[in-house]
Amino acid sequence: MSARILMCGNEALAEAAILAGCDAYFGYPITPQNEITAYMSRRMAEEGRVFVQSESELAAINMVFGAAATGKRTMTSSSSPGISLMQEGMSFLAGAELPAVVVNVMRGGPGLGNIAPSQGDYFQATRGGGHGDYRTIVLGPSRVQELADCMVLAFDLADQYRITVMVLADGILGQMMEPVVLEAKQRRELPPKDWALTGADGREQNIVRSLWLGEGALEELNNKLQAKYQQIQENEVLCEEYQMDDAEIVIVAYGTVARIARTAVDKAREEGINAGLIRPITLWPFPTKQISAAAETFRMFLTVEMSCGQMVEDVQLAVAGKCPVLLHGRPGGGVPGVEEILEKIRQLTIRTGAA
Amino acid sequence: MIAPNGLYEEIVIAGFGGQGILLAGKLLAQTAMKAGREVTFMPSYGAEVRGGTANCMVIIADEPIACPTVSQPESLMVLNKASLSKFGPRLKPGGLLLWNNCLIDSRPELNGDVEMVSVPADEVAVELGAPKSANMVMLGAYLQKRGLLTPDQASEALRDVLAERYHKTIAVNTEALRRGAEFAVCHA
Repeated sequence: MSARILMCGNEALAEAAILAGCDAYFGYPITPQNEITAYMSRRMAEEGRVFVQSESELAAINMVFGAAATGKRTMTSSSSPGISLMQEGMSFLAGAELPAVVVNVMRGGPGLGNIAPSQGDYFQATRGGGHGDYRTIVLGPSRVQELADCMVLAFDLADQYRITVMVLADGILGQMMEPVVLEAKQRRELPPKDWALTGADGREQNIVRSLWLGEGALEELNNKLQAKYQQIQENEVLCEEYQMDDAEIVIVAYGTVARIARTAVDKAREEGINAGLIRPITLWPFPTKQISAAAETFRMFLTVEMSCGQMVEDVQLAVAGKCPVLLHGRPGGGVPGVEEILEKIRQLTIRTGAA
Repeated sequence: MIAPNGLYEEIVIAGFGGQGILLAGKLLAQTAMKAGREVTFMPSYGAEVRGGTANCMVIIADEPIACPTVSQPESLMVLNKASLSKFGPRLKPGGLLLWNNCLIDSRPELNGDVEMVSVPADEVAVELGAPKSANMVMLGAYLQKRGLLTPDQASEALRDVLAERYHKTIAVNTEALRRGAEFAVCHA
């Protein structure tokens, strides 16, 4: 399967998960990600793997917990309101250090909101989401090809660090069709899953749990988790820099917005404005170092997001007061257009005297 | 959107659920992809589809496509009246409108310099004995009129977008594409 084929994001990521060796999928329907569940219901059966349409999101994430505990590659997918329901389970996964992949095809919120594309779950995704002091790795692809490619990475990262990896897409990325090449990717060399519940015959029993009542035991676990998170922040940041060498105005955007912003940067350059783009691909760990380095030169930073100012806080933390950081946010299903972003860039040239 | 460097054609196809709007859009996108173009296809999705209007947006370009949603199309195919009212006013000045005169009884009144092609999509499809192929008649007329891709290229892509159980309709859909194209040559 190396031909270019036309596929929607939801189906492409589902097929990519199968190619990445996903053993079990559990899910409950919700727009705009239903194509994932529908696709998996057919393909997982064909592959002789596990597919369950669960009775609720709570059930799905806890089935993921169970499958992950046995050492199998497992995933679920949902959209914003459903992901909120899964937060307890995700906290339990973190406490038990189980590897899992969760896809969130974001829609407008809060509440049931609407079914339009959104990036309103950034805080929830990048701060852990459930209770307790934990993180999940968050990948924010911006094209259907990248969405498919990040599935194998998601499973590898999950297994390597015994962590939940969230793939954060949105309604546009899930629904749109784009040419994509799907092929089995080289996997990382991974540690053996000697912690998994595989039957204790002939070995000491393994215990998978998130309850640690012994004195100091939970603090010890948390310290272990933090050390792991530190390692992830050092080794796993992914970020694309575009036209940054001489950029005086820097757009920071991820996912669907980044592809729109990239064209806005091109148009700005045609008008003689030195614009550039920093596109975080991992949203946690966030490319703090890259953005901090970019802020060593005086530039205007403009964060564009389909939310009212969430990622902008991470950009501000990275820039640390060295440069101005502005926000253009569109909530509740609003999608910023190329011309709209370009106009914001033009306004900034008036402030900087650039161009 | 402005594209000084090359092709950037934004297309909307609209009608009601059941007219094969999404299939026509997928076929257009598949044809463009096979011709080596950059392409995106964006359907209307969720609750909007049921019983109401169905629409899809296709972008065909020579450069990476920014956003798959289209606010102002260059080309618009409308298969029913509600879609004309919804998308007609959004058509870009100088754009191309193909409208189904079997379900839209009066000539569209649109401001600006818009090229209008009236296509009896259902009538031609019924004559063929394939009333469901009105979408293909319309697409054939568009392909002929716009000249970016040919109806032959589209019929070659039918196999890729139709589920296997519908492959028996390839011949009649090919004919519908051809008739639509012929109509565009003779009447517009």
